[in-house]
Amino acid sequence: MIATSHPLRTPGEPTNPHRDKLEIMSDITAEQVRHLAGLARIDLSEAEIASLTLELGQIVEAVASVSSVATADVPITSHPIPLVNVYREDVVADVLDTAQVLTQAPEHDGSRFKVSAILGEEQ
Amino acid sequence: MAKAKLMDFDKALELFEPVLGFEVHVELSTKTKMFSAAPNNFGSEPNTNITPTCLGLPGALPVVNEQAVRYSISLGLALGCDIAPSSTFARKNYFYPDLAKNYQISQFDQPIAINGNVEVELADGRLFQIDIERAHMEEDAGKLTHVGGSAGRIQGAEYSLVDFNRAGVPLVEIVTRIIYGAEADAPELAKAYVSTIRDMVVALGISDAKMERGNLRCDANVSLSPRGSGTLGTRTETKNVNSLRSVERAVRYEIQRQAAILAGGGTITQETRHWHEDTGATSAGRPKSDADDYRYFPEPDLLPVVPAPELIEELRAALPEKPAERRRRLKADWNFSDLEFQDVVNSGLLNEITETVAQGASPQTARKWWTGEIARLANIADAEPTSLVTPAQVAELQLLIDDGTLTDRLARQVLEGVIAGEGSPREVVDARGLAVVSDDGALIAAIDEALKSQPDVLEKIREGKLQAAGAVIGAVMKAMQGKADAARVRELVLERAAAL
Repeated sequence: MIATSHPLRTPGEPTNPHRDKLEIMSDITAEQVRHLAGLARIDLSEAEIASLTLELGQIVEAVASVSSVATADVPITSHPIPLVNVYREDVVADVLDTAQVLTQAPEHDGSRFKVSAILGEEQ
Repeated sequence: MAKAKLMDFDKALELFEPVLGFEVHVELSTKTKMFSAAPNNFGSEPNTNITPTCLGLPGALPVVNEQAVRYSISLGLALGCDIAPSSTFARKNYFYPDLAKNYQISQFDQPIAINGNVEVELADGRLFQIDIERAHMEEDAGKLTHVGGSAGRIQGAEYSLVDFNRAGVPLVEIVTRIIYGAEADAPELAKAYVSTIRDMVVALGISDAKMERGNLRCDANVSLSPRGSGTLGTRTETKNVNSLRSVERAVRYEIQRQAAILAGGGTITQETRHWHEDTGATSAGRPKSDADDYRYFPEPDLLPVVPAPELIEELRAALPEKPAERRRRLKADWNFSDLEFQDVVNSGLLNEITETVAQGASPQTARKWWTGEIARLANIADAEPTSLVTPAQVAELQLLIDDGTLTDRLARQVLEGVIAGEGSPREVVDARGLAVVSDDGALIAAIDEALKSQPDVLEKIREGKLQAAGAVIGAVMKAMQGKADAARVRELVLERAAAL
C-alpha cells in the first residue's frame, strides 16, 4: 500500500474538509471487497479477494491524493467536461424492429426476452 | 398465503400512532422517453418502442429529453419545492431483468426539486399539510410477466418475459417527509394525498395519471409508534397499489396487521410488501438487505441540468390553480351545496364534470349524469365511469334534453347506446329513433284515440277532475313508446278534452 505521503501538499497548508473521510475510506477491508463482489454478482476466490483488497486500497488512496490539492472552495465536479443542459427535443426517431431487439436476447418467446424467474426480488 | 392476524382498527389507534411516508411515481406524458427518442406509448406491441439506448447496448448514449425536464420543473414548482440551481443524474445499480443495463438512471444527491409542501383536503373539508422532501427525475423499468406459478405472481413462476417498451419512460418520483399526526385519518389521508398528486399532474398536463395503467404508482410506508414511547417503529413499504381505493385499504391493512404483531409481542420485519387487490391483503416481498445497497455514482454519460432562472419563472407563471383552490372556486361557481360538492369530489369525477360543463352542460345536470346514471352503469359493468363515456358525449346528451329532443327517460336509453359503442348521442338518437315526438299532429291523433276509447275518463276531465288525465297520458306515452314529452302531452290532453 502507498505510504501516506502527499507530495502535492506542503506542510501547514489548509487541508480539504473531505480529507479525513477519504482516508478512512481508503482503508479497504477484505470484508468490504467480499460485500462489493456480492453486490456486483462477481464470484471471487480468497486469493483474488486478498489481492483486490490491496489494489482497491491503493486506488482509493491514489484518488484521495486529489483532495490534497482541492481546497474547500473547489466545488465537487460530476463531469470532466464543463458543459450543462445538453438536451434533445421531444421528437420520436427511428426504433429497432422487434427482431433486431431480440437478437440481443439469449432466449425469447418471439416478442419478449425470456429470463429465469428471480424469486423474492420483485422491484 | 396464510391470513395475517389483524387488530381492530380503533383498538390499533388506541395503542399506536401510525406514521406514514409516500413515494409516488409519476410517468410523464412526453412523446419520447427520458433519455432516448423511442416513443413513450402505452399499449404498443412488446419490444417495439426500443432504441439501443433503451437496452443499454454498447456505444449507445443517453441524451436528456428537454420536455421531461420542463415537466419535472413544473411539477416541482406545483409541489411548492425549490428547484435546484444544478442537478445531476446518478446510476442506481441493481441486478434485475426489468432494465437491461443493470442500472437505472436516477438522481441521488442532487435532485431537481427539494423541500416542498402539499395541501391535502380530507372528505370532510379538513386540510392537512404534507411536506415533500424531494422530487427527482428517473427512468421507468421494463415490464415483467411471470409465467407459471399461480395467477402470474412471482412466487412459483417458472420464468419471466420482459417487454422493454416501458424501460426509459420518464418518471418523477415524489418523496414525502415522515408524516405524523394523521391518526385515524391515516388511510383516508393516503388516498387524499395520492388523489391530490393525481389532480395536480392532470391539471399540469404532464401525465395521463391513470393508476390502472401504472402512470401513477404509490409506495406507502407505514410504521406504528407505541403511544407515549416517542420512538418510531419499523416500517414496511407496500407496493403494487394501483387505485386510490387500494391506497386507503392498504394503509388501513398495514396498521391493523402491524398492530396485531406488536401487541402479540412480535417485531415488524423491515421489508417490501405487495398489495393484492383481490384478497385485500399485503404479503411479504423482499426483505431490506444488501440488495438495497445501490452503489449510486454520478452518471458519466450525462451532464448537469442547470435550469435558467427565466425558465423556472416562465414555468411558475404558467402553473394552474392548486387543486384545493380550484375546488373552492368550482364549488362557488357551480353553486353546489357542501353535500353535492363532496359527492362530486368523493366520486373522483371532478375533472369529468368540469369538462362536461365546459362543453355546455349546466353544472347540476353534469353532476347528476356523472354521479348518478353513469356511476350506476359503471358499477354494474364493474368499470371506471371514465371508461364508458366522454365529457363531450355527456354534454351532447344533456343538450339534446335541453332542446327538447329527448326526455330524461329517453336520454338514459341513448346513454346506454353510447356506452354500447353505437356512436355519439345524436347518432344513437337517429339510429334508434329515440327522439321525442314533437309533432303535435301525431300526439293529438294518439290523444283523441285514447280519449275516445275511455269515455269515462273524458267525462271526468270535463268535470274538472284533472288527475284523471293521468290514465290518458299513460296510454299516449305507451302509444308513443315513451318518445313524447309528458308535460306537452298533458297540455294537449286537457285541450282536446275540452274540444272533443
